[in-house]
Amino acid sequence: MAIFLNKDSKVIVQGMTGATGMKHTKLMLGDGTNIVGGVNPRKAGTKVDFDGTEIPVFGTVAEAMKETGANVSVLFVPPAFAKAAVVEAIDAEIPLAVVITEGIAVHDSAAFYAYAVEKGNKTRLIGPNCPGLITPGQSNAGIIPGDITKPGRIGLVSKSGTLTYQMMYELRDLGFSSAVGIGGDPVIGTTHIDALAAFEADPDTDLIVMIGEIGGDAEERAADFIKANVTKPVVGYVAGFTAPEGKTMGHAGAIVSGSSGTAQAKKEALEAAGVKVGKTPTETAKLARAILAG
Amino acid sequence: MDLFEYQARDLFAKHGVPVLAGEVIDTPEAAREATERLGGKSVVKAQVKVGGRGKAGGVKLAATPDEAVARATDILGMDIKGHTVHKVMIAETAPEIVEEYYVSYLLDRTNRTFLAMASVAGGMDIEEVAATTPEKLAKVPVDSNKGVDIEKAREIVAQAKFPAEVAEKVAEVLVTLWDTFVAEDALLVEVNPLAKVASGEVIALDGKVSLDANADFRQPEHEALEDKAAANPLEAAAKAKGLNYVKLDGQVGIIGNGAGLVMSTLDVVAYAGENHGGVKPANFLDIGGGASAEVMANGLEIILGDPDVKSVFVNVFGGITACDEVANGIVQALELLASKGEEVTKPLVVRLDGNNAELGRKILSDANHPLVQRVDTMDGAADKAAELAAAK
Repeated sequence: MAIFLNKDSKVIVQGMTGATGMKHTKLMLGDGTNIVGGVNPRKAGTKVDFDGTEIPVFGTVAEAMKETGANVSVLFVPPAFAKAAVVEAIDAEIPLAVVITEGIAVHDSAAFYAYAVEKGNKTRLIGPNCPGLITPGQSNAGIIPGDITKPGRIGLVSKSGTLTYQMMYELRDLGFSSAVGIGGDPVIGTTHIDALAAFEADPDTDLIVMIGEIGGDAEERAADFIKANVTKPVVGYVAGFTAPEGKTMGHAGAIVSGSSGTAQAKKEALEAAGVKVGKTPTETAKLARAILAG
Repeated sequence: MDLFEYQARDLFAKHGVPVLAGEVIDTPEAAREATERLGGKSVVKAQVKVGGRGKAGGVKLAATPDEAVARATDILGMDIKGHTVHKVMIAETAPEIVEEYYVSYLLDRTNRTFLAMASVAGGMDIEEVAATTPEKLAKVPVDSNKGVDIEKAREIVAQAKFPAEVAEKVAEVLVTLWDTFVAEDALLVEVNPLAKVASGEVIALDGKVSLDANADFRQPEHEALEDKAAANPLEAAAKAKGLNYVKLDGQVGIIGNGAGLVMSTLDVVAYAGENHGGVKPANFLDIGGGASAEVMANGLEIILGDPDVKSVFVNVFGGITACDEVANGIVQALELLASKGEEVTKPLVVRLDGNNAELGRKILSDANHPLVQRVDTMDGAADKAAELAAAK
């Protein structure tokens, strides 16, 4: 089962022929991802060889879907062109578009998010500025290293890429159903709540680890959602307790403004919803272990 | 990036938002000519990126050019809530103000849309209006693909219950303000107060603008708006090297890969510091995914150049990047600094985990640098770095 992505997912890569796209397409193929095509209007009709696997390049997302039955797109398109690429994916009604690109202007991400909603949410957006998602042993759509861990029964949702890797590493002996990096930008497609709902419904997930960080109120809203809708155990971690007000901590969305967006407020909201919150990634992993051990 | 009032005024003027004449100066003497150009009287306004400057004495009327010089002398150099005044705006005096309103556009993160906010109760802190009399603050979602035309602007004006005699004028301001918001890739544009003056006109008397750094690639003019003088010298040096660095006030220098992991590292060091005399992280520094020797050297150079730093914690999780490359990067970085004649005297604690961690750790052990210690867990390494900082 897993969420959003499995062995039957047929993946195309927008921006496959760029340096980053090439590197990660090769890695995704190595993790067993069924990559069926790339998209680049200037190289349509050509093929790219990845260690003996030939991947065809199509002119548009719609054409790639028509020819291959693709249902997932991973985007490595540079920030200046990302909006047009996401809009193209939405127009083609691809069910899942994973936007890895970092540094997209907020006016662009707000525009393509609004466009996805206007088009009836036929395309689930993950990201932007995210590491993508992985269902270990089945498929990898993004840049999460495929060799950290193995299939298992923990679901993970995180704003941060490296904290996703760290947590997967801490719990590598137990394994994961799926791990989803939703991104650290102010406007993102898939939220903590969307992933929590999917993990709650996934019969292959026994426990959910949720990683948040300062900025916005997504964690507080996730806490309300957990209280009302999640029966599976949830373990949480929030980064940024020591972040000062008004300074952006790496991610465009990671900023404390006034009393809003602090790590303390997020931790308290999660704990009030019955979520066990760790002080450090290692302690969070221990909490997850204790729950799974009964 | 938050702008000064005079920069916001300039952007408003550029996009047709009605503003008063004004110019920015940084010496008292320049206030004389500027005031003469305005017909002999002016308002002298401190330029600081913090609210409440009027109450702090940072805004004064000047009835003559001489008085403007005197007021500018008083205000330049003044400290307002920790911000030193380096510039003042010499502004046209406002005609008689009849009413004060509030209008803004901003990003509504919760609903992932833009939001128009408008109130007839302007002139004061809008957060207070929102808290005490929320019914006086209209919040209207704006679809980023549809924007604000005159029809949408009228809808906002109606929801905020502006008086009929100014409704159309405020609606026109809302359209030009939206143009400013979009054309400048702003995260916030705010006019407070938007004043109705005796003649019946509405004028933006003060404003705030915050710009999106991610849009710099298509906003070449925004670089000039940066307040380079105010930037911390270490932050400026890091920025020049393309490093994502924020100076903090502790003693343990931090280098890591990935924003989330570095944020987490700051927290873990602060917790560890509670057992070691209260030492704290000295900075945020994310060297990103690649972490080449050069990037590592640049990062170490910035951190070791911070006199507050007593020890350094390098915390790397090898994801796509292999830890052996990172370890080589650290070793080469230290060699690079040594070859530049920069003496490294502060102890480094290095934690490597993930992809090729064993190989990376071996490289560090083999290099056997006297100042480098390996600790293989994040919590353990944070504790060691805090202990070393406290011992200095």
